[in-house]
Parts: sequence; structure tokens; C-alpha cells
Amino acid sequence: MLELFKKQKYVTVASDAGRREMPDGLWIKCPRCSEIRFARELEKTLKVCQKCGHHFRLTAGERIQFTLDEGTFTAYDADLEPVNPFHSTEYAQKLAAARQASGLAEAVVGGEGAIDGQRVVVVIMDAQFMMASMGTVAGEKITRAIERAAEKELPLIIFTASGGARMQEGVLSLMQMTKTVSALCRHSRRGLLYVTVLTDPTTGGVSASFAALGDIILAEPDALIGFAGPRVIEQTIRQKLPEGFQRAEFLRQHGFVDLVTPRPQLKAVLSRLLDLHRREQS
Amino acid sequence: MTGAILEFDRPIVELEEKIKELRQFAREKEINLDAEIANLEKRVQALKENIYQNLAPWQKVLVARHPERPNMLDYINRLCTDFVQLHGDRLYGDDPALAGGIARFDGRPVTVLGQIKGRDTRENLARNFGMAHPEGYRMAMRLMRQAEKFHRPVLAFIDTPGAYPGMGAEERGISNAIAECIQTMLMLEVPVLSVIIGEGGSGGALALASGDCILIQEHAVFSVISPEAYASILWKDSSRAREAAGVMKITAADLEALHLVDEVIPEPLGGAHHDPDGAAERIREVLSRRLPELAARPVGQLLAARGEKFRRIGDPRIYLTGNDIT
Ligand SMILES: [Zn+2]
Repeated sequence: MLELFKKQKYVTVASDAGRREMPDGLWIKCPRCSEIRFARELEKTLKVCQKCGHHFRLTAGERIQFTLDEGTFTAYDADLEPVNPFHSTEYAQKLAAARQASGLAEAVVGGEGAIDGQRVVVVIMDAQFMMASMGTVAGEKITRAIERAAEKELPLIIFTASGGARMQEGVLSLMQMTKTVSALCRHSRRGLLYVTVLTDPTTGGVSASFAALGDIILAEPDALIGFAGPRVIEQTIRQKLPEGFQRAEFLRQHGFVDLVTPRPQLKAVLSRLLDLHRREQS
Repeated sequence: MTGAILEFDRPIVELEEKIKELRQFAREKEINLDAEIANLEKRVQALKENIYQNLAPWQKVLVARHPERPNMLDYINRLCTDFVQLHGDRLYGDDPALAGGIARFDGRPVTVLGQIKGRDTRENLARNFGMAHPEGYRMAMRLMRQAEKFHRPVLAFIDTPGAYPGMGAEERGISNAIAECIQTMLMLEVPVLSVIIGEGGSGGALALASGDCILIQEHAVFSVISPEAYASILWKDSSRAREAAGVMKITAADLEALHLVDEVIPEPLGGAHHDPDGAAERIREVLSRRLPELAARPVGQLLAARGEKFRRIGDPRIYLTGNDIT
């Protein structure tokens, strides 16, 4: 029911992406500690439960609102629609339902904005849209955003989320891994900063491509991050996984994440990293 | 043929057995059965043509997974000389599911890499069914950088159901290993040729397929996920794998039509498992044609073309025609 609580403050997101009325007085129950709070109140704490620290998943619109300076975001390629390469009716229906549920044309929102006045290209993956599975057009939007960042000599921040490949698009989906990494190589060769923020859940091909290649890798607390899904692993090894396996803190301990950053500090950390990589000072 | 016999292979195998028996009989009894044998051989040929030129996608999956299908080492032994196998990632361990080394192809030193499945249960357990851990991909990276240092091309042979979905793989960063392997291959300043020789499964296969050309054998497959898993996840019914194989577009011909592979390498009639030497010869022809051409290119040109190739792959503009999304 989270989609009911989308903000309408940011206005520059393409079309009506993620905009919806938020009726006063609606409440949300924390899935972890069961604390019940008003949606508006939760919004003020950046959708982090005050009691237990649970980080609710964000929509692309909320991410923009919580991260970028107000009114600075301009979307790239907002009109780019998913393709249905094998003309599957099932898939067409799933896309239509995803669009209805999320108000987005694809799982990826890319664009340009500012963090404390510092210009940056951002890519946000919205798990509301088919669990942000990696489709051809999702990959294309990410690739184009990376290319624009390279052309404009801007730093890049990708907020990753993904349940895995968009299976309905077959190997085309898989190939987006190589396509995005190839674009990142070009961005990197120009000496530009690339930061990834791993959010819940970042799995499958996304985790094994651009998500893993940030110069600096941040993660939100308790985010599920892994290549294989926990259920697939449990089926393979025929035992239950320990508590905390494949969570952000686990990856930090194993050396695959630089920092686990609680959401209230995220903008400040990103801002400092951007500042430390300002080009004129070096 | 000693391993599992595919259902549609059975008539071919039985007839071949019969020919063998007849030959022996003729020799023992010193009678001339040449006419009969020639006749049967013609029938085997016709059977093979009929069956192997009309394989359904699911049958291709079975051929691609056939335990007697030649693996990377079988091809290295036939295509190369002076093979020296190298081991370990210098970080954690050695991965028996992914082999690599140095050899000579057409007189030129090359680095070779590839996943290896086992022929039987014992070997499969030892090789983890060709499902590599992070150390396999990290060894691949090590050998690729070594190849770059010594200016030798890389030949990668792909045959895996996927990277291993286990606890150790996650703890040691399988995502990171695959991502960096892709990146390393994309940026490598020597030619990289990838050949899908069996099952090209998911990210674990893709990790070795980011070079200058992706070649695929006629009966090999390349898929985002196994047909069993596709049917299980999308249709909640893993028994519909046969049907899934049909809609997933995973055969060499399908992939060529989608511009996802550069060339399909023909297999001898009856598939590579009927004639490993013939299969190797056909791979040699393609590599011998492509490798010198790539090796002659200046590095800048090589990398630019590689980047453009992957930029084009999966460009939705190619697939917009006939798009039926409303
Ligand atoms: Zn809570």
C-alpha cells in the first residue's frame, strides 16, 4: 500500500511520474516493529521508522525529493517506453499493471539535479515498477544517463534497486549488464566520480554489473544486496540462511560496501563526496 | 556413446551400434556386407539430417547440456598446442569450475579461459557442475591482465548453468567478481573472442562474453535464466520448461536474428557430441579467420569498436517495430 503515500512536491519528474494525492490522516504500520504512524509524520523522517530505524522503500519521486535540492531535477528520456521484443501478451499486461501501480513508464528515472548546489547526474531505480527488473529500456535509460554525465563531465550517482533480470526480454535483458558497464568505462576514463547507493533490494544482474562498480559504494541500512536471491540459495544448499545474510551490514563486513549510511545522513555524505571530488581544486 | 542417450538420439545410436556389429560380424565370418553397411550408413546420415536440422529449442537445450558434449579442455587439446594450465586467483583459491591457461593457436600464443562441467557425477561434483565461484572469475581477470601484459589474445569458452548460488559465493562477492570481470574484459587492450560451446547461463556466462565477438555453436544456447527457472518463476510450473525454451529465444539462430551474437559456428551433423574432432575443426575455421583480423587492429580502434558493439546490443530502437505495448 506504499504507493498511496507518494508526495507531490517535486514537480519536474516527467509526466505524472509518481504523483498522487496523499489523503490526510492515513497511517502506515512499520513491517519490522509494527509501530503505526501517520504517513505525513513518516515523510518528515524520510520514511525511516523513528522507533526501530526500518528504512521504507522509496519511490523515485521521494528519492529525488529527499536527495536533490528542491526544484533542481530535470528528467532525461522520460518518454522512453519499455519494449516487448517477443510480443508477449502476458508481458504487455504486466507492463500496463506496473505503469498503473507506479505512475512510471519504466523502472528507471534518470536526470540531472543538484546536491547542495553541486550539479550531478542521478539514476534512480524504483522497485514499485516490476521490482525494478532490468529490461532493455531500463538499461538504455541508465546507459544514456551515464553517457550524458560523461559528455557534461558531471559526477554520477546511481540509486540501485532490482529484483533481477526482466526475464520476459530474454538475453536482451542480460546484455544490459554489459551495455551499462561499457558506458561506465567511458565515464571513468574521464576521471569522473561514480557513486552507487545500494537500496533494498539490489540483486541479480544489477548487483553484478553497475551496482558493484562505484568508485564509492554506499548502502542503506538493512538493504538486501546479493547476486542470487536468498530463496534460490536456500533451495540450492538445502538449509536456512543465517539472520542478516546478504544485508547491507554483512556486505560492509565482507568488504564490498564502503559505508552503510542511514538515510537522514545520506544527502550530507553524498554532498561531502561530491565536494571532495570537485574538479577545479585538483 | 556411453553416457545418457537423448531420446531423439536413440534411433541414431541404435543404428550406429548395428553398423558396428555388422562390421564385426563381416570381419569374423569373412563375408562381404559392404552393400548392407553402406545402405545403413546412408540411413544414419538421413536420420541425423532429419533430426538435427529440425531440433526444437528444448532439444537444443538437451544437446547443449549433453554430458558427452566436448568441453573447453577437449577443444583446447584439438585447437591448440603447448597448453599450460594455470591455477588460482592469488586472493583466495582455485576454482575447478573455471579453467585457464596459455597455449598456442595457429602458431600464436593465446590465453584461454572457460567454465568446465564434468562428464559424470564424480567429475561434476569436483567441478561444481561448471558453476564458478568468485575465485574463478578473479582468476579469469588475472589471466586477462596477464594476456594484456604479454600482448596475446584471449579465447574464452563459455559453458555453465550460471555462477554458483551459494553462501560462500555471496560472502566472497560473486556480484563484484562478475561485474569486474565484465569491466576487465571490456577494457582489455588485446583481442577477446568468446565462444559459447554449450550452456550459456545467465550472468555467470555473460562474465566471459564481453569481448570483440561472441560466437556460438549451432546447438549451444544462451539464456538469461534456465528454461526450468523461467517456467517456475513466471508460470509457477517448472514442468513447462520445454515450452519456456520456445518463447525465451535462446537458440543460436534466434540470438543471431536478435543481433546478440556475431556468428553461429556450424556443428557436424548429429551435434558436437557425435564428432568432437569435426566440431573443433569448425571452431578453428572461424577463429583462424577472425583472430588475425582483430589482432591487426590498432588498440584504440579495437576498444572503440568493442564499445560500439555493446552500445548497439539491446538498443530498444532496433526492436520498436511491431511493438505491441499499448
Ligand atoms: Zn519500526
